[in-house]
Amino acid sequence: MKYDAIVIGAGHNGLCNAAFLARAGLKVLVLESNPYVGGAAVSRELHPHWIYSNCSYVCGLLRPEIYRTLELARHGLQIVPYGGGVTFTRDGDILGGYLDKDIRRRELARHSPRDADAYLRYGRDTMRQCRLIRALLLRTPPDPSSLRWRDIRELIHIGKEFARLGEQGICDTMRFYTLSIADYLNEYFESDVVKANFAGSGIIGTALGVQSPGTAYVLLHHYMGDVDGQMGAWGFARGGMGAVSNALAAAVQAHGGEIKVDAPAARILTRGGRARGVALANGDEYYADTVVSNVDPKRTFLKLMEPRDLEPEFLARARNFKIRGSSGKLNIALDGLPDFPALGAGNPLISGDMHFLDSLERYERAYDDWKSGTWSKDPYLDLLMPSATDPTMTPPGKHMMSVFVQYVPVKVQGRDWTDADREAFKQTVFDQIARYSPNFRSLVLHAEVRTPRELEAEVGLTEGNIFQGELTFDQLFFNRPFPGFAQYRAPVRGLYMCGSATHPGGGVMAAPGANAAREILRDLRRGSSVPEGWSDD
Amino acid sequence: MTEPRSVIVIGAGHNGLACATYLARAGRKVLVLEAAAQPGGAAITREFAPGFRVSAVAHLLHLLDPVVERELGLAQHGLAYARDALATVSLAGERAPLVLSGGSILSGEVSAADRSALRAHAARMQKFARLIARQHGRVPPRLRFDSWRDALPALALALDIRRLGRKDMREFLRLATMNIYDVLEEQFEHPGLKGALALDAVLGARLGPRSGNSVYTSLYRQSGAVNGRCGALALPRGGMGAVTDALAAAARAAGVGIRCGASVESILVRDGRACGVRLERGEELGAELVVSNADPQRSLLRLLGARHLEAEFARRVHNLRAAGNAAKLHLALGGRPQFRGLSAAQLGERLLIAPDVDYVERAFNPAKYGEFSTQPVLEITLPSLHDRGLAPAGREVLSAVVQYAPYDLKGGWAVGKERFLAAVMATLEEHAPGIGALVQHAELLTPMDIEQQFGITGGHWHHGELALDQFMVLRPVPGAAQYATPVAGLYLCGAGCHPGGGVMGTAGRNAARVIAGGG
Repeated sequence: MKYDAIVIGAGHNGLCNAAFLARAGLKVLVLESNPYVGGAAVSRELHPHWIYSNCSYVCGLLRPEIYRTLELARHGLQIVPYGGGVTFTRDGDILGGYLDKDIRRRELARHSPRDADAYLRYGRDTMRQCRLIRALLLRTPPDPSSLRWRDIRELIHIGKEFARLGEQGICDTMRFYTLSIADYLNEYFESDVVKANFAGSGIIGTALGVQSPGTAYVLLHHYMGDVDGQMGAWGFARGGMGAVSNALAAAVQAHGGEIKVDAPAARILTRGGRARGVALANGDEYYADTVVSNVDPKRTFLKLMEPRDLEPEFLARARNFKIRGSSGKLNIALDGLPDFPALGAGNPLISGDMHFLDSLERYERAYDDWKSGTWSKDPYLDLLMPSATDPTMTPPGKHMMSVFVQYVPVKVQGRDWTDADREAFKQTVFDQIARYSPNFRSLVLHAEVRTPRELEAEVGLTEGNIFQGELTFDQLFFNRPFPGFAQYRAPVRGLYMCGSATHPGGGVMAAPGANAAREILRDLRRGSSVPEGWSDD
Repeated sequence: MTEPRSVIVIGAGHNGLACATYLARAGRKVLVLEAAAQPGGAAITREFAPGFRVSAVAHLLHLLDPVVERELGLAQHGLAYARDALATVSLAGERAPLVLSGGSILSGEVSAADRSALRAHAARMQKFARLIARQHGRVPPRLRFDSWRDALPALALALDIRRLGRKDMREFLRLATMNIYDVLEEQFEHPGLKGALALDAVLGARLGPRSGNSVYTSLYRQSGAVNGRCGALALPRGGMGAVTDALAAAARAAGVGIRCGASVESILVRDGRACGVRLERGEELGAELVVSNADPQRSLLRLLGARHLEAEFARRVHNLRAAGNAAKLHLALGGRPQFRGLSAAQLGERLLIAPDVDYVERAFNPAKYGEFSTQPVLEITLPSLHDRGLAPAGREVLSAVVQYAPYDLKGGWAVGKERFLAAVMATLEEHAPGIGALVQHAELLTPMDIEQQFGITGGHWHHGELALDQFMVLRPVPGAAQYATPVAGLYLCGAGCHPGGGVMGTAGRNAARVIAGGG
């Protein structure tokens, strides 16, 4: 069976890529190893009648240009903003990140009047960085070492964007990209809990601590989203994150694309130095001159390909690619809505993100535990109860909790996770929640424990890293995934990469998939409907 | 009262002296004011126990600007080296120590793969370090791009990077912000080798091997040359004071006046222009220009005062990261110490206690919380082995940089110092059994001591972290990176400016060029 293009992996980027290719008239096949599409953007029923977004759990980064072009709303995707966030302090207080600007300001002032003022500067400065990077999300990074006109033109374009910032703006940007989130926050705020409240966004998904230089940038990966035009806002996909994948899959099928589940790719077929198809584990072979991998680079180049098809230097790059799982997740079915006494009755923040680390020191110590080979004993939790916003997720009156946990290592003290480890890890997380919610434990009906190992085994992400590769500068932009290979093309002709390991990286953004489609269609000299750049509306 | 073309330089550190000399040679009438009883700032040799002398802060010379050395004739003014190419010995407890010099392993059980990886690594890093060294002598550009002319300095830097060649350019752009831990893990197996290379990347910095940007600090450290040898480490004869003595002699020969015991209380400003200084004893001295070799925070917030600055600029200066993390240990020893597994000849090299990269990272952990390392990392020299004038006959001086000792120690250094000294001595004792019994006098300088004794805010020997967020156009802060401050007639010339710390003299030279050119 011959196709124009085969996409390996039906994650959101693979599906987005396939949708744009199909939309351009290509005959496309998507191969997915699991019996369901979505990769890590899925909704699954793990306890009868409870639907979980059991991996990625909130939606805010999905590029609106893609949403519009692929008509995802028509394909059933609806995104609902949710209500703010809260940091609980050890002494029984809270810092509420209310959606209402005035209330939020009063709340900050309650902790520190100076910080309430500084918040205005902080918001303005951070949004300035967001705007700069947003303009680059749906563009292919230039190769700074190339002399091709296309690369030079793109470098000039970026240079001009930079020059427009003015001298102070350029300096601020250079600092922003090299500072740690702790240093960045220290420049604005004095209160521990205020700093702690903002610090989480600098480390989520990375194997870095709040004091690691480079983490200020990671903040952007959580701020550059928008829901309903509100920058930095996050929402739930109604029906869970699977709704995003299902809408993308529907878009693929609407344009005649084919999706095969239960079809694990075993080998990328090559002949004469170019890609010619994919062989499945069961021996079936599918042919196409264009093969696109949504799988991470380690799997793509070290497992799905023969070493002889690649240069040793390139293989070394793939081996040295930093993935490093650092986070885990608990998905908990609850018999009712747990009490959080510090919130008080009727507080809207019950439907927002909850955090329990109230100082930068506690964050950093959590990271030290990971460095020494164990899960954090006082971990960073990003806890949400989606059922408080979207009642379709659970039976009436019941609730569910999505608890993102950091830091969680791939191996415990160098060995594989045991069931006892998993249980102890679960209790560590339960203990932290129960400290702030006395009746929480009594409401638990079922809990799924996910370590990086589960993520790797189920989704196929090497080491269970949610971003398919560290978001450090050596692996960003023209370095992502490898220097010289940031334009979605693999060194084998006809083979492309479209996963989060390519620019602009992780989060359910779908931009890598779209950018890769643009490059493929360019090589095939086909018209493309992939949006480019950023439409400021 | 202001004499035309007169300049006051605050502080007779090595950069202040270099700057003063260049200005005097350019026809200025220069007076250097030094708070201490002798010139030299933190680059001095002093007696810390009867008959025992030691380089007070920095103890190895490796970044001295060869241009400054030549132009100011430091050799003619008495600068000589007791040793000019120390090897590095990584102490390994029971095992035979690892001895390395540049890209070669001189001794130790190291695999052939590691040896060849080290050669390649050292060659690549030196190439990148030369790229950084080329920027040292340039005044950081203003980042204005209104015309092509404005963009030239930035394009010059881009061209320098391009000239590395395609492969190395890609590697440079990848490595530039990486952490040294990952780079070492990619290439080497030998724990001692990785430990030694990691220590060089974090010495004097508030970074652990796993902290991003530590590759840059490692490159910075290799960006110097001694007697034409890149990245070499030298011991000046007579200690670090020999460098500033030579600089002071060169200054005097050029007609610079140096007044010691003259502590500046404030910088005088009239009509928005710096016009002189007031000494702590009340005396006022006028000058057309004032140049401060003090650190940026002291210069701008204490001596000048934030009231003369725009709020945003003052905030940037205030936010400068300048809390020191390195302490200095000086031991007066009654005899020659024995380090386990070390030959007599090896004792005179640079000795490191950094057995593996995780050890270094673990030593860093407490510093993040304002605690000192209970198992510190050390860079040790015994300068008296090469320079008999530093200790009485039959006795020795041990000089060591000890990390991590955060400036803002929880509970304060008044209480913590004794405990830290005990931890340091216990670590030393593990590698040199019996050394404690040889100690006749011990001096430990914490960053707090360095601040108090040398007037460096935060006790940071680089006058501020040498990190990517504080280098070149960002050093010390945007708006003062070209040595001129927002206050007319006031300039900075210390290590807080580009290209930074270490006994270099380059910042002083660059500042003088800016002042003589336009001031």
